Amino acid sequence: MKSKSSLREVGGDSPPPHKPPDHKPLVALVGNPNAGKTTLFNALTGSHQKVGNYPGVTVEKVTGSLKLDGMTVDCTDVPGLYSLQAVSEDEHVALQVIEGKLEGTRRPDLLVCVLDATNLERNLYFYHQLVDAGYPVLVALTMVDRLRGTGGEVDLPRLQNLIGADVVPIVGHREKGIEELRDAIERNLENPKIPTIDSPTADATEVKLAALREDFARIGMSPTQSEIREMLLNPDEASMAALEAYPELGESLREARDQLKRSPVASNQVATRYQWATVVQRATIRSAESTKKSRTDRIDAILTHRVFGLIVFVGTMYLVFLSIYRFAQPFMDAIQHGFDFVQQHIRPLLSGVPVLQSLIVDGIIGGVGAMLVFLPQILILFFFIAVLEGSGYLARAAFLMDRLLGWCGLNGRAFIPLLSSFACAIPGIMAARVMPDRNSRLATILVSPLMSCSARLPVYLLLISAFIEPRYGAAWAGFSLFAMHLLGLIVAVPIVWFLNRKVIKGKRLPFLLELPPYQWPKWKDVGLAMYFRAKVFVNVAGTMIVVMSVVIWALSYFPRLSPEAKAQAERTYLASHVGAKPEEVENQVDQAQLAHSALGTFGKAIEPVFRPAGFDWRITTSILSAFPARENVVPTLGIIFSLEKGDAEELKGSTSLRKSLQTATWPDGRPLFTLWTSIGLMVFFALCAQCMATLATVRRETGTWKWPVFMFSYMTGLAYIGAVLVYQIGQLVSRG
Amino acid sequence: MAVIGESKVSFANLKKGMRARVNRVTSHSDETVRLQEMGLTEGTEFTVVKVAPFGDPIEIELRGYRLCLRKRETDCFEIEVVA
Repeated sequence: MKSKSSLREVGGDSPPPHKPPDHKPLVALVGNPNAGKTTLFNALTGSHQKVGNYPGVTVEKVTGSLKLDGMTVDCTDVPGLYSLQAVSEDEHVALQVIEGKLEGTRRPDLLVCVLDATNLERNLYFYHQLVDAGYPVLVALTMVDRLRGTGGEVDLPRLQNLIGADVVPIVGHREKGIEELRDAIERNLENPKIPTIDSPTADATEVKLAALREDFARIGMSPTQSEIREMLLNPDEASMAALEAYPELGESLREARDQLKRSPVASNQVATRYQWATVVQRATIRSAESTKKSRTDRIDAILTHRVFGLIVFVGTMYLVFLSIYRFAQPFMDAIQHGFDFVQQHIRPLLSGVPVLQSLIVDGIIGGVGAMLVFLPQILILFFFIAVLEGSGYLARAAFLMDRLLGWCGLNGRAFIPLLSSFACAIPGIMAARVMPDRNSRLATILVSPLMSCSARLPVYLLLISAFIEPRYGAAWAGFSLFAMHLLGLIVAVPIVWFLNRKVIKGKRLPFLLELPPYQWPKWKDVGLAMYFRAKVFVNVAGTMIVVMSVVIWALSYFPRLSPEAKAQAERTYLASHVGAKPEEVENQVDQAQLAHSALGTFGKAIEPVFRPAGFDWRITTSILSAFPARENVVPTLGIIFSLEKGDAEELKGSTSLRKSLQTATWPDGRPLFTLWTSIGLMVFFALCAQCMATLATVRRETGTWKWPVFMFSYMTGLAYIGAVLVYQIGQLVSRG
Repeated sequence: MAVIGESKVSFANLKKGMRARVNRVTSHSDETVRLQEMGLTEGTEFTVVKVAPFGDPIEIELRGYRLCLRKRETDCFEIEVVA
């Protein structure tokens, strides 16, 4: 093995823990996934938590402050690890946090290792690795109540003795033991204990490596054992050539290499550690072997059944989807109306300074509203995720669905993010954190926005009611709507396949999943999950969304029409529309202003690019203005085509906007919107990434701009190709 | 169909309720080592607890706990059915 951890286990030359005088002591919570680490962290730090990202990676950084009797210390929740032999990127990050090697982190002064009493043997394997690495460790033994519930018991003094560290039992629900744990942390910070255990980890290979090290010392080189191991397993030409001057050393190296190959170190160490873990487990845990099926087994007989299990699964997912799609609506409307109300009342106050008025009312207040409107969906979805995860059902859902999603490189847990994305990609992308490994998380994030979200609906409805329903009837209209929702899902499959092979690099872990016993979710954990998700969204993604709103506002506001040009526009319109109402004239000026703005200029500039899809500058400008949010295309189409103002909801059913679209023409008099142009435009919107809130959320969740830029590029490319294909094939079909 | 005592069967042959033992692990890739680190070392016995509706993954019980894994990711494990 050439992972960093094994180097240091063997080398044993880790730097001594240092404590910069200006820092509070740092305690890190480590342990296997599902050992009860997060609940323990919540109990220790309560709401004094900070949720962020480690720089440049998708791994979430959760820190908090922990009040002890005499002092307050910092506390880090390290992502769950099965092993210190890091393979995946997430594991490397977790390991670097433990070692204090990551930018912005320092070496923990104490590791609190969380061990699950009901699964002690495997948890002790991880503990063994911590001991091998020589860290100061304190043990929190969780799930003791569950062990006792099944008639088992743990011999604490003996366990303490055998594992060489202080052990504090934690009794889950009632948080008994938290005070004792605080005291133990304080004691251990004052007197750090580096445990030693009685386990024969040094095997023959280790002895051989030590001997080789002496050989090297004789020729004046001083590699560490880990470097020698690396040289044996992955010999590079330079070092081999350098060693040719010392034939006798080359001989022992070859010998050692054969030995290493015959008995690979990694497997040997695994087996040896497990031997120790088995002994300790048997000596300390008395479990009552009951033949009676447990409550969890009885529930699972239904919930993972091949018929009933799938029915319950579909029902649960339907409920989740319905909640985000429908139940969030009144709250979203309320937020929207609240902001409309504020806008209406502030607008007159600033009428003296039109630039400021538009900046504050349309740019800033509009932008904040556009961001906050996502909160109800995020809160509802994270309520469900926390409940499903806390009760143990989420793992069952992943178990049921893995075969369906696994073959193209996702895994069973991707179901919830993808389903949520049909309502809105933002909570969907945030939900991708239920995936334990970075590769499948990233793949899920990158295809989530292809699912047809509710913001696309007004666009579909407008175009279908204008161009499909009148000619082909309601049945085809319904089918088109369905087809648009299916399109993203179908396109996502080859995309995931491709992403997993070509784009997302990094080592893969086998699929590993544990089905924890069913239990009532801990409402404190549910509340905290919802609170921190909302907070992270508003603080990080929200800020970016507001900034981008202001930028798009400025692009559509500047440069201004000169007063003469404005007057000219009014005169032209009045000349051809005798007796036009003042609002009509005002809208005409707005239209001229939009055409004159940076956005309009850009829309005209890219018209030739979109010609093969049959789009003119009015459509391209509408597409550009939809960058903040897809549904914005409808109001812009309203301004450009029908001189009508309103929001997407009001306009999607507007007869006059529908009429104006139907009668719009190219300068030479050909109709602008054919059946194929409108289908092409729908396909474009089904596949494009015109949603800055999504891009901002991806930036927040992946920790870098690389992935949102990648997402925007590939989706826009797909959308363009899709629209062009539809239009060109459509032209051929209607001609032939 | 796996038969009791038959050596070199693979995970793909396992059915719900069967008990099997890991005889040999033939690879030392990161994936295989990780499965060993989860407790599937040579000589370990386990029982198949459930099989997912679409045939994969499966849940096994070993070393006093339960773990779900994909049959198709266990090619490097030679196992033997013991009951």
